[in-house]
Amino acid sequence: MNFITDAINTLCRPAILFTISCGVFYLVLFKWREQFSQKRTVIALELGMLAFILVSMLNPTFKDVVTKPDNIPIVGMLFLVLYFTWLYFHKAVINDNLIAQGKDVENKAEAKQMTYTWPDLVFSEFICTIVVWCGLLLWSIVLKAPLEEPANPVETPNPSKAPWYFLGLQEMLVYFDPWLAGVVLPTLILVGLILVPYIDTNPKGNGYYTFKDRKLAITTFLFGFLILWLLLIVYGTFLRGPNWNFFGPYEVWDLHKLEFLKNVNLSEYFWRGLGINGGKLPDNPFIREWLGIVLTIGYIVVGPLLLKKTLMKPLFDKLGAPRFYITAGLFLMMASLPIKMILRWVINLKYIVAMPEFFFNI
Amino acid sequence: MAKGSFIDSITESQAWKSIFRHGAPTNTRNRVLVVLMNVFLHLHPIRMKKSGVRMSFTWCMGGITFFLFLVETVTGVLLMFYYRPTAEFAYADIIALREHVPIGIMREVHRWGAHSMVISVWLHMFRVFLTGSYKPPREFNWGIGVVLLVLTLLLSFTGYLLPWDQLAIWAITVGSNMARATPFLGNEGPGASLINMLMGFDVVHAGSDARFALLAGRLVGEATLLRFYVLHCIFIPLAASMLMAIHFWRVRKDGGISGPL
Repeated sequence: MNFITDAINTLCRPAILFTISCGVFYLVLFKWREQFSQKRTVIALELGMLAFILVSMLNPTFKDVVTKPDNIPIVGMLFLVLYFTWLYFHKAVINDNLIAQGKDVENKAEAKQMTYTWPDLVFSEFICTIVVWCGLLLWSIVLKAPLEEPANPVETPNPSKAPWYFLGLQEMLVYFDPWLAGVVLPTLILVGLILVPYIDTNPKGNGYYTFKDRKLAITTFLFGFLILWLLLIVYGTFLRGPNWNFFGPYEVWDLHKLEFLKNVNLSEYFWRGLGINGGKLPDNPFIREWLGIVLTIGYIVVGPLLLKKTLMKPLFDKLGAPRFYITAGLFLMMASLPIKMILRWVINLKYIVAMPEFFFNI
Repeated sequence: MAKGSFIDSITESQAWKSIFRHGAPTNTRNRVLVVLMNVFLHLHPIRMKKSGVRMSFTWCMGGITFFLFLVETVTGVLLMFYYRPTAEFAYADIIALREHVPIGIMREVHRWGAHSMVISVWLHMFRVFLTGSYKPPREFNWGIGVVLLVLTLLLSFTGYLLPWDQLAIWAITVGSNMARATPFLGNEGPGASLINMLMGFDVVHAGSDARFALLAGRLVGEATLLRFYVLHCIFIPLAASMLMAIHFWRVRKDGGISGPL
């Protein structure tokens, strides 16, 4: 028993779970699409998830965290997201096969037929409304809304967590400073989302489920939503305890758990590691951090140029310069999160540019 | 009196006919009229693509989101009858709502509805993206939708503070701490010291920065409670309503629910 719980605790460590999730993501999208889109797959996965949660309830820590009233919606959401992701693949695989056979996608003929809103749409809306309302009432009767002790500004709970839908951003604070994790990156997510229709010029895949017709767009979006947004929310909610330390799902939230702070800035690696300047860091922050500054500017400026010449050349030819540079910039910003995560896990890198004098840490 | 004639006597009365100016929607003419004459049903077109009616295509998530917004509005107004947004009364009023109001589940419906709405908005966007429904001619409406997503999150965030318990103030404290690091506008943001240096005195400090504007103070306090209450009950719902009107209008003007071309 201990062996199994220890193994799961270990598997849930950020670096390991993130790697596994990325691996599964790749396999489902590019290798196992047909198998994943089968009905029995989703039934097995949903039941498996349910069984995992139910069995894990035997563990008091797991039960405490998962049954916190405000965490219940997240558990429900995981089941829903799994189902709807499957539903997408189910429909996309059917359509992709039809397209490959030179046939019309599902319901294409229906898109040209008109039907009366009453009763066809109004009735489904009505039934949908009743179901949602009944579900909501039942949920409200069974589960009380959370209410803790009265507000007390001098007693900080540990851990202090933002509302659950922002926990992905709070989890990002492990890897980025607040000005990036809390302000710049969320802004870029929203700006990027608004810009999506203007940079995705692919005319295919408009109004039907497909994967093959728009691989790049779908892969990017699913990776962003499922891995970078939802997986980080799962970390922030279920796997972060006091002092925002990592705790496995069956690990007791110990206030005194010690984690060694062994993170090192790039500049420290450079000056101390190479023993330049007698291993001392220069006082002038711009000289001290020159390597990080060069790398960051290189990433932002040279990155898109490099992508244009190599990996994304076909995209550049398709999009033209303005659209391409916006797209490449957004890609690089999105990629900066996994890059920073990996650098943290592999070489304990804290900041690429560390200028606490100006609150400018990257 | 026979049942048929009883119903007939109602549906042929002057009062009934003043409300419903056409017969039951059992024939084409009346199916058109029922949508055309009713201000609520008039959100819909009279006829639509057969493919757009399919729930397996739309997942009904946009509709559910709108329904949940209505639930939040109604339950929110009911809660406003009892709740006073002051540090003295807020927490006690929430307790009273739970303990003294018969069948007191309005706060539960409001809170779980709010969480559900966040999830249904995400799933709605998920569906719209995966069907490529943001593509021309619907680019602009997707943008409106992204703004509505922000407003939904802000509605939920401002509402989170109102119970005035430990969960509330610390979640808002953590959430709003980020604003302190806003570039140029936050006192711990990059560029703030540059602005202060250029101006020759401290323009951006803890008592004037972005976080201060959000919280109406250096800490989450009574002024924050009032500010979030007004944002939560008046400002954001009004803004969201207006954008929803545009959103629904544009769904119809941009060719209805998307479908294979």
